[in-house]
Amino acid sequence: MASLLRFRKLCYVEPVSCPSLGFDSFKDSKTSLEDEGVGVTSNEVVKTDKKRRRRKEGKEWRCVDWCCWMIGYMCTTWWILLVLYHSVPITLPGFQVPESPGTKLRKEGLTALHPVVLVPGIVTGGLELWEGRPCAEGLFRKRLWGGSFAELFKRPLCWLEHMSLDSKTGLDPPGIRVRAVPGLVAADYFAPGYFVWAVLIENLAQIGYEGKNLHMAAYDWRLSFQNTEVRDQSLSRLKSKIELMFVNNGYKKVVVVPHSMGVIYFLHFLKWVEAPPPMGGGGGPQWCAKHIKSVMNIGPAFLGVPKTVSSLFSAEGKDVAFARAMAPGVLDSDIFGLQTLEHMMRVSRTWDSIISLMPKGGETVWGNLDWSPEEGCICDKTKNKYFQASSRNSTQSSNASDGKLGFRLEEPIRYGRMISFGKETAELPSSELQPFNQKGPAQIKHSSSCGEVWTEYDEMSKESIREVAGKKAYTAKSFLDLLRFVAPKMMHRAEGHFSHGIAEDLDDPKYSHYKYWSNPLETKLPDASEMEIYCQYGVGIPTERSYVYQMSPNDKCRSIPFRIDTTADGNDNGCLKSGVYFVDGDETVPVLSAGFMCAKGWRGKNRFNPSGMATYVREYRHKPPASYFEGRGLHSGAHVDIMGNFDLIEDVMRVAAGATGAELGGDKIHSDIVSMSERINLRL
Amino acid sequence: MLRKRKGASSETSRLSNEDKEKEEEEDESKNKGKKKKHRQEEKRKWNCLDNCCWSITRSPGVKLQKEGLRAKHPVVFVPGIVTGGLELWEGHQCADGLFRKRLWGGTFGEASTGNSGISGDVYKRPLCWVEHMSLDNESGLDPPGIRVRPVTGLVAADYFAPGYFVWAVLIANLARIGYEEKTMYMAAYDWRISFQHTEVRDQTLSRIKSNIELMVATNNGNKVVVLPHSMGVLYFLHFMKWVEAPAPMGGGGGSDWCAKHIKAVMNIGGPFLGVPKAISGLFSSEAKDVAVARAIAPGVLDKDLFRFQTLQHVMRMTRTWDSTMSMIPKGGETIWGDLDWSPEESYDCNTKKHRHNDTDVSSNNEVEGVDSQKETSHFGRMVSFGKDVAEAPSSQIERSDFRDAIKGNNFANGSCHDVWTEYQDMGIGGIKAVADYKVYTAGSVVDLLHYVAPKMMKRGDAHFSYGIADNLDDPKYHDYKYWSNPLETKLPNAPGMEIYSMYGVGIPTERAYVYKLSPVSECYIPFQIDTSAEGGTEGSCLKGGVFAVDGDETVPVLSAGYMCAKGWRGKTRFNPAGIHTFIREYDHAPPANLLEGRGTQSGAHVDIMGNFALIEDVIRVAAGATGEELGGDQVHSDIFKWSEKINLQL
Repeated sequence: MASLLRFRKLCYVEPVSCPSLGFDSFKDSKTSLEDEGVGVTSNEVVKTDKKRRRRKEGKEWRCVDWCCWMIGYMCTTWWILLVLYHSVPITLPGFQVPESPGTKLRKEGLTALHPVVLVPGIVTGGLELWEGRPCAEGLFRKRLWGGSFAELFKRPLCWLEHMSLDSKTGLDPPGIRVRAVPGLVAADYFAPGYFVWAVLIENLAQIGYEGKNLHMAAYDWRLSFQNTEVRDQSLSRLKSKIELMFVNNGYKKVVVVPHSMGVIYFLHFLKWVEAPPPMGGGGGPQWCAKHIKSVMNIGPAFLGVPKTVSSLFSAEGKDVAFARAMAPGVLDSDIFGLQTLEHMMRVSRTWDSIISLMPKGGETVWGNLDWSPEEGCICDKTKNKYFQASSRNSTQSSNASDGKLGFRLEEPIRYGRMISFGKETAELPSSELQPFNQKGPAQIKHSSSCGEVWTEYDEMSKESIREVAGKKAYTAKSFLDLLRFVAPKMMHRAEGHFSHGIAEDLDDPKYSHYKYWSNPLETKLPDASEMEIYCQYGVGIPTERSYVYQMSPNDKCRSIPFRIDTTADGNDNGCLKSGVYFVDGDETVPVLSAGFMCAKGWRGKNRFNPSGMATYVREYRHKPPASYFEGRGLHSGAHVDIMGNFDLIEDVMRVAAGATGAELGGDKIHSDIVSMSERINLRL
Repeated sequence: MLRKRKGASSETSRLSNEDKEKEEEEDESKNKGKKKKHRQEEKRKWNCLDNCCWSITRSPGVKLQKEGLRAKHPVVFVPGIVTGGLELWEGHQCADGLFRKRLWGGTFGEASTGNSGISGDVYKRPLCWVEHMSLDNESGLDPPGIRVRPVTGLVAADYFAPGYFVWAVLIANLARIGYEEKTMYMAAYDWRISFQHTEVRDQTLSRIKSNIELMVATNNGNKVVVLPHSMGVLYFLHFMKWVEAPAPMGGGGGSDWCAKHIKAVMNIGGPFLGVPKAISGLFSSEAKDVAVARAIAPGVLDKDLFRFQTLQHVMRMTRTWDSTMSMIPKGGETIWGDLDWSPEESYDCNTKKHRHNDTDVSSNNEVEGVDSQKETSHFGRMVSFGKDVAEAPSSQIERSDFRDAIKGNNFANGSCHDVWTEYQDMGIGGIKAVADYKVYTAGSVVDLLHYVAPKMMKRGDAHFSYGIADNLDDPKYHDYKYWSNPLETKLPNAPGMEIYSMYGVGIPTERAYVYKLSPVSECYIPFQIDTSAEGGTEGSCLKGGVFAVDGDETVPVLSAGYMCAKGWRGKTRFNPAGIHTFIREYDHAPPANLLEGRGTQSGAHVDIMGNFALIEDVIRVAAGATGEELGGDQVHSDIFKWSEKINLQL
């Protein structure tokens, strides 16, 4: 934006300066042009040309040619600038944007109808300091998270201390209060120029949305969902806000747009609001039916995210935890001297909310040692995703034809093994694997020489570490056991708030406890047959699904004993790359997690969806930005960038203006989500 | 990011010094008792040295935290006029790229993405800015195609401009004893439009109601403490009537809503009975400050932004703002005085000048007391044409009524039509008629405004009223236009509630004006303050065409204190439930040195929000104290004496 404006200023200045400036001052304007990064290439061409000539013809050249060159050059740049200026709409500099959805729909006559509630996901919301230690002096009500992260670089250890929560309670440590930034500013931009909700907000505003019918339900994303209510009353506030907007806007139901972890946060809210008062919000069984028109989940992590596995286990992955996924570059540098990963692990393990993203549904959903719902998937497809049609054919035909099947049998990918130690283990038949004997938390603190205990790995003996590694593979289910073994305290805390299983009998009274509310496989949807649920997510980007681990050779203090075996690579067309198996998804959430509930788990009337509310799957195929100017892309399918996807924005706006899912065109599917879902044998 | 929060860095550094300097603190507190005596006796000695230490060691938040005070009652802030930020939601072509950027407040339109070269949109494209800040002059709502909305949340009015705090110091101190976002709420509203319109357009009143209900429910049923400032005081008065009124016009909260939800209303610098400044602002866009806007944003509108015609542009803009009309003096001649009489008439301006001039005040006082008897300022004459008229006995003034005078032809032949001030429609005849009436009191000034700006006042009349009710049970008083006038409404039936009036005193404050006709030219404002009019003697209150009385630089003591001192004291017809009222005055002491910034003992209209004594009072009440526990009334001015002189049926 800024460069655009600078750019325009230039356009204004340029015609004035052209005639009036003499030859000497031209150089100045030229350099300033170069600074803008516009027409740099042409400048360089001109320059090199010039140099050659200069060498050849020396002085002769100077007088006349210089003049001609200059005029030509100037006219060209001026012309380019002019053209660009006229073709630039507001959003992105220097790129001819096809009309923004806001303008387009406005012309169609759409106006604001239903109030809209935005629910941000993990890490995208800003956090600010309300009370801190002496080292955080002068930061009162300044952003610690989000914004420029200036403090992270200035005083990293102090920053870490304030971002951590109490490892026992999962709430504030004594003397520190860090709170969520409220309002639309909470998550419109994550860092300067890195939009999250801003594009959507701007487009909604064009059809008449403003403060009274647009609300950002900011919450402290580090806490477990129920704790946001206990500490900040975030859920009560959201309830009151929705009720208020409902009344103030002529009794129009709200459209909720949650993103990423916000999806399961809102699922929790739906249960909370109808539950009776001491634990819930006491809104009564018809609250959702009365107040909510539709829930338009973006990039939903319904069944969890495999990335959490690696980030909890070893604080790595292709990205360090989620933080890195969202703030590339922020945590990459070696800010904390050494041991960035260890520091990160220490902090992020105090955040209960991460546990909510652990894969849910165990082996039934994510596959066991020998089987997984995605196993027919061809990873090549992600490479040539533009030939979708043909590759889809080949997927189907490959199931039948022996030849192709044989080829693929050389490397059967066992996605079900979320973590395997060593590449061989990942490919071994299950009979040769050693079972993991959980010996309980019988661990010996092997050395006190390391001083302060950072991660719970410091309390583990070498024997138990070796026991964990061995020749073993872990599925979504046994991984939970593994975590209970390596991080008993964290899991003890977190399992009071989250559950990852599948309910046998949903009417069991134990399911009225809040720890089940955020797991779609252990709750019923509210009784609101007119409500609609959308699953909107990107596809076409390789997404982490399972990992090959190795023991960390490094034996120094406070190190993390396991790490991803980055040497493990598959064949050319394999899904294994640097120790990570990939499937289709939006770079963070695999298709299976995002789409299964809408595609099958809640489709029609079943035990998870007793009122039979309508569900829609809307997939958006990822197209990388065509040119540099396009910024983060208008058709991106990546987990966060999808919030700037014009098709998605259009869908959201149409629904907000009153359309139903059927009017949008129902399902829009590019991936294999339907066939994958079919393979999952879940009683409905 | 969009609204960068400038932390109270100086404030907090002060706070942290505190910890290091505990020893000093102890010494200091021993000295405190002495100091108070000293202050009266030997002001100068104390000022130099102690003031320095004082400001460092004594942040009320830290002090009260040590006393063991903790957050109890949720706090609601109601900002005043012009201090709240406004941002753009929809605009014309010229405002491209300013979506959700602040047009008002902050850096006035600077794109605060940090790396952009735009600074201060007001300066870049003034006409575009004026266009977007103006409202529709028929309806008083948005002009077509433009939506400017208030910024929400605490950021709305914590700082007005970078470094210029409004609520920030108070917020920081409240945070010290445990307040945070869930227990503090900034009731931001669009201060340009009339109070009822904020509900019609933005549902602001409903939002405030719902937020207060939510905060009470989530804080164990502890009632809220409301802190309105400046015009926010009137706005909240309107709210209290609105919330209990039945549904189509009101909020339908029932007749005990206030009793159930509000513990105390702590009005800061409240212009209950209006502000004389509003008259000069509306009449000629000048006064010592251009309208109220300038009072708060010094420097912003001073420059010659619009090349020429700055005043006309400002007038055109501010005249579309209905809210400025809420501050026209209320109560007419009964309150503000007539041609010969005014409640403040014996006020001696010289005492104020000497106030900070140390010890010899007392000796001088008697002598001057005699002097000032001779020359009584006629404060009741709000606007007078010519200095001699302002001072002459009323029998010698020849007046001809302007009300029926025919307005002359429109002499501005079309060239001025882009500037809408209504003066073009008046013609020379009308202007002359206005000047011939010579003297206007608070009552006739309203008629004057009706005459010179009929369109504006027509809009305003639907929303505000400036009279005194004879019979409060008259059903006409159910209309919302009376709700913000304390003289035409009853307080809610909430005997447990408390009302505080907290304001600064000790600063000369505009009270009445001497006007003259401006030289005729095209597109001009025909009246201007006669800045050459000076009082004859040292003791005169007239300076630069303005009569000044005691006050906080914007609101005179009379307006801020009268209701709590007399109008609502005890059980009266305006206060049927007998709600307790308290007056807390804060004597102005200018910052002793440069380091102190805008002062920790300031009594000025906005700077008082950083006054440590006031902050301490607020925190104590928020933590559960009652008015008696604070010490009841704390009065420095002559408010009780003046109130006695006002003959109002109670």
